[in-house]
Amino acid sequence: MLQKLFKFKGGIKPAHHKAESQGAPIAIAPLPGRLVIPLSQSAGEAAQPVVAVGDRVLKGQFIGRAEGWLSSAVHASTSGTVVAVEPRLMPHPSGLATLSVVIEPDGEDRWLPLQAPDYKNMSPKAVLQYLQDAGVVGMGGAGFPSHAKMQNSTVLEDLVINGAECEPYITCDDRLMRERAGEIVAGSRVIRDLLQVKRVLIGIEDNKPEAIAAMREAVEAMGETTFSVVVVPTLYPAGGIKQLIRVLTGKEIPVDKRSTDLGIQCFNVATALSVWRALNLGEPVVNRIVTLTGNVEQAGNWEVLIGTPMNELLALARPKADTDGIIMGGPMMGISVPAFDVPVIKASNCLIARSPALFPPPPPEMPCIRCGACARVCPQELQPFELYWWSRARQFDKAQAYNLASCIECGCCAYVCPANIPLVQYFRFSKGEIRAAAKEQKMADSAKARFEFKQFRAEREKAEKAEKLARAAAAQAAKLAAERDTPPGGESDTAVYAADAKQAVIAAAVERARLQRAETDSRDA
Amino acid sequence: MEILIAIAVMALGALTLGAALGYAAIRFKVEGDLITGKVEAILPQTQCGQCGFAGCKPYAEAIVRGEAEINLCPPGGDEGAKKLADLLGREFKPVSGGGDGEAVKPRLTAIIREAECIGCTLCIQACPVDAIVGAARQMHTVIETLCTGCELCVKPCPVECIDMVSVPETLATWKYAYPIIPIKSAERAHDVPNNVGAMNDTQSSHRKVA
Amino acid sequence: MSYFFLLIGAVFVNNVVLVKILGLCPFMGVSKKLSTAYGMGAATTFVLTLATGASFVIDHYLLIPAGLEYLRTLSFIVTIAAIVQLTEMAIAKTSPLLQQVLGIYLPLITTNCAVLGVPLINISHGYGFVESLIFGAGSALGFSLVLALFAGIRERVEAADVPLPFKGVAIAMITAGLMSLAFMGFAGLDR
Repeated sequence: MLQKLFKFKGGIKPAHHKAESQGAPIAIAPLPGRLVIPLSQSAGEAAQPVVAVGDRVLKGQFIGRAEGWLSSAVHASTSGTVVAVEPRLMPHPSGLATLSVVIEPDGEDRWLPLQAPDYKNMSPKAVLQYLQDAGVVGMGGAGFPSHAKMQNSTVLEDLVINGAECEPYITCDDRLMRERAGEIVAGSRVIRDLLQVKRVLIGIEDNKPEAIAAMREAVEAMGETTFSVVVVPTLYPAGGIKQLIRVLTGKEIPVDKRSTDLGIQCFNVATALSVWRALNLGEPVVNRIVTLTGNVEQAGNWEVLIGTPMNELLALARPKADTDGIIMGGPMMGISVPAFDVPVIKASNCLIARSPALFPPPPPEMPCIRCGACARVCPQELQPFELYWWSRARQFDKAQAYNLASCIECGCCAYVCPANIPLVQYFRFSKGEIRAAAKEQKMADSAKARFEFKQFRAEREKAEKAEKLARAAAAQAAKLAAERDTPPGGESDTAVYAADAKQAVIAAAVERARLQRAETDSRDA
Repeated sequence: MEILIAIAVMALGALTLGAALGYAAIRFKVEGDLITGKVEAILPQTQCGQCGFAGCKPYAEAIVRGEAEINLCPPGGDEGAKKLADLLGREFKPVSGGGDGEAVKPRLTAIIREAECIGCTLCIQACPVDAIVGAARQMHTVIETLCTGCELCVKPCPVECIDMVSVPETLATWKYAYPIIPIKSAERAHDVPNNVGAMNDTQSSHRKVA
Repeated sequence: MSYFFLLIGAVFVNNVVLVKILGLCPFMGVSKKLSTAYGMGAATTFVLTLATGASFVIDHYLLIPAGLEYLRTLSFIVTIAAIVQLTEMAIAKTSPLLQQVLGIYLPLITTNCAVLGVPLINISHGYGFVESLIFGAGSALGFSLVLALFAGIRERVEAADVPLPFKGVAIAMITAGLMSLAFMGFAGLDR
C-alpha cells in the first residue's frame, strides 16, 4: 500500500550514533544486588506504597497502588524482601528524592502466579482499569499512563504506532521491532479494538530497514488489512507525536487542541508490547529494553528489571575509565541523572555514558545575534529567539504570547544556535514559572472564595444574633411590663457567672498544656 | 468698548463650554468602580493583614483610592508589586523589608502540634480561609493544602502549639532554575567540573562532536 | 490629491513629535506599555482633531470678526481644556483602567504643546476648515504612530541587557533620538 507522506517544517540531522548499539540482539540483564523502585514513575500522582519493610514479595506483585485516574500502579520487578520504603534519588533533573521501595532479591526471580484476563469479554472500562493496575505507561520516555490515553471521549480514526525513534544513540525500539514484531502488532491490534479506530499507521524512520522488514512481515502474518507500516524520512524530531502525525496524516494539531480532537491517538511500539503482555499474559510492567551506549566498550540493548541501579547496569557495557556521568534518554532530550546509582525506571529508554570527549562542557553562552537559525529548524514553527528574549527577561506573558506552550523541548534550536545559548533550558525555566504561577493563582482564587464565605457567614451569624437579642429584649420588656414587682437582674448574673467559668476553663487548660510541655522538654533533655 | 467685546466673547465661550461639561458630567457619571477587582486579582488572597488592612479586598480598595502604596504585600512579594505597578502605571517599589528582588519568602504552612492542642477553637476563628478544622474541646488540625501561611492563627493560640513550617519541595512543585550564565572565559569553563545543574544541557555539547 | 499629501506630510514628513519636537511629555511619559500607548494615542487623536476643528471655528467666526486675535492662545487653551475634560469623563466611564494607567498624563493633554501647537500652525499656514481638520488628524495619527512604535521598542528594551548608566530614561532618550533621525529620512517624500 502506497502511503502519501507529508512534511513538517524544520528539523535537524544530527549524527545517528545508532550503529554502536544496533547490531547485537537484546540480552537479558542479570539480577542486580538490590532494586530501588520509585513510586512516581508516571505523569500524574505518585502511587501509594502497599508493602512494608520486611514483606516478602514475588515478581509482579503489587507494591504501589495508583492514586486517582491519572496515576499508574507499580510492581515488584523480582521476588525478594522489602528492605526499605523511603525517599531515594531517582532519575529526574530535580535531583530530589522520592518515596521508593527497595527490594533485596532472593535470586529466584519467581513470578506471582500469572493469570491472563479475559479481556475480550471485559467492558472497555474494566480493560482500562486492568491496564492501570498493570502499570502500563508510555515507554517512549514521557511515562504518561496509557489507560488515560485510551479513554474514548471522541470518535477516533487513526491510531499511530510510533517506531520512529528519531533521537541519536537510542536503538531499543529498533531492536524490539526486529525481535518482537509479532507482539507489537498484536498489542497494536488490541489498542485498535479498544479505541475502535479505522486505520493503524506504524511509522518507522528509514534508517531502520531491518525493523521495517520485520514489522511488515508481522503485519502480513497477522493478515491485518487496516495496518500499514509507513517508512518516514529520517529527520529529527520525526518521532515527536505532533511531527509524526503531521508526516503520516498531514494533519497539524492546533495550539489549543490535542491529537484526539483530530481523531488521532499515538502510542510507542514498546507501549503496544506492554499492553499485549499485560492483557495476553497478565504480566505487569516489570522490565523494559534499555540501550546502553556512549562511552562504553560494548554498546547494546538489554532487557532490564525496573529498579536496577544504573551503575550496575552500565557495567554490563563496560564503560571506559573517563566516564563522568550518565545521560538518561537521548542526547537531545535526555537528562543527566543526579547520581550513578539511580534506578532504571519505566521511562528509561537509553543510558549514555558521558565522557568529556563525547560531551564536552557547553561552551560559554554568547549574546543572541537574531540570526534566525533556531526559527528555521523549529519543528513547531515557533520563533525560539523571541521565546528566549522574553524568557531571559522573565517576562512570561510575552513568552506565552509567542506560544511558548507549544514548544516540545526537542532541542533543535539549541543544537543549531551559533551563540551556544541553552535555549531549551530557558524555555523549561519559563514553563515551570508559568505553571507555578497558574497553580498559585488557583490557590489564591480558592482562598478568596473561602474568605468571602467566612465573612458572609460571620455577617449572617451577627444578623441572627442581633435578631435573637432583639426578640429576647422584647420578651424581657413584655415580662417586665407584666410583672413589675419581680426584682430584675437574675439573667445578667448568670451571664457573668458563665463568662467567669469559661475563663477558668481556659486558664486550667493553659496550665495543663504548660505542664505537659515542661514534661516533654525535661524528657527530651 | 473693545475690552467689553473681549469679555463678552470669553464669557460666551466659557458659558457654552461650561454647559457642555455639565451635561457630560451627568451623561458619563461613573457608578461603582471596576479596577478594584483587577487589583484584587493580583493580590495573593492570603488575607493576612500584613499590609495593615483587614484583608486583600480592603487593601485593593485603598490602592485604587490612592491611599496605599503598592508595595505593602509581603506574600505577593516583588513579583506582585511589579504586576500592580504594571497594571496601574505606577512606579515599581520593592516590597518593604523584602531585601533584594531575588529573596522570595518561602511558602509556609501552619502545623498544629496535636498532642498539645486544647481545643479552644480560637485558631479556627482566626483563620481567614477556613483552613483549620476541629470542634470545641476536640483536637484541631490544619488542612495544609488550604493553608495560605498567613500566620494569623499563631498568636491567638493560648498554648502556643502552632508552628509555621516551610512547605518542602516535591516533584510536583519542583521547577527548572534560571539557566546560569557563565561569565568565565571559554578556557576557564573547561576547567570547571561538571555539575548536575549545568549538565542538563546536552544538545549544544552533542553538536560539537557530531 | 493635495489633501492626501497634506495627510501624509502631517503623519510622516512633518511628524509632530519627531520632527517638530512637540508633545514630548506624553511621548516619554506613557510609552512604557504598548496597550497604554494605544489608549493615549486614541485620546490624543480625538482631542487634537476636535481641537483643530473647534479652534478654526472660534478663530474665524469669533475672534477675527471681533478683532480679538490677541486672545487666540487663551481661548484655544480654554477650548482644549474643555475637550480634554470631556474625554477624561468618557474614558472614566468606558475604561477606568485606562484612566488609572494614563493617570496625570490624561489631564495634561490640556497643556500638551502638540495640541496647542497644531491649531496655531494651522492658522499660520492659513489652512481652510477641511485642511485644518486633515492636518490636525494627520498630526494626531503621526503622534499615535510614533507613540506606539516607541512603546513597542521600549517594551523590548525593557528586556534587554542595558548597561547600568543607560538604564531607564537614558536609553529611552537615545532611542527617541534615533527614531527622530529615522523620521528625518521622510523629508522630501511629498515633493
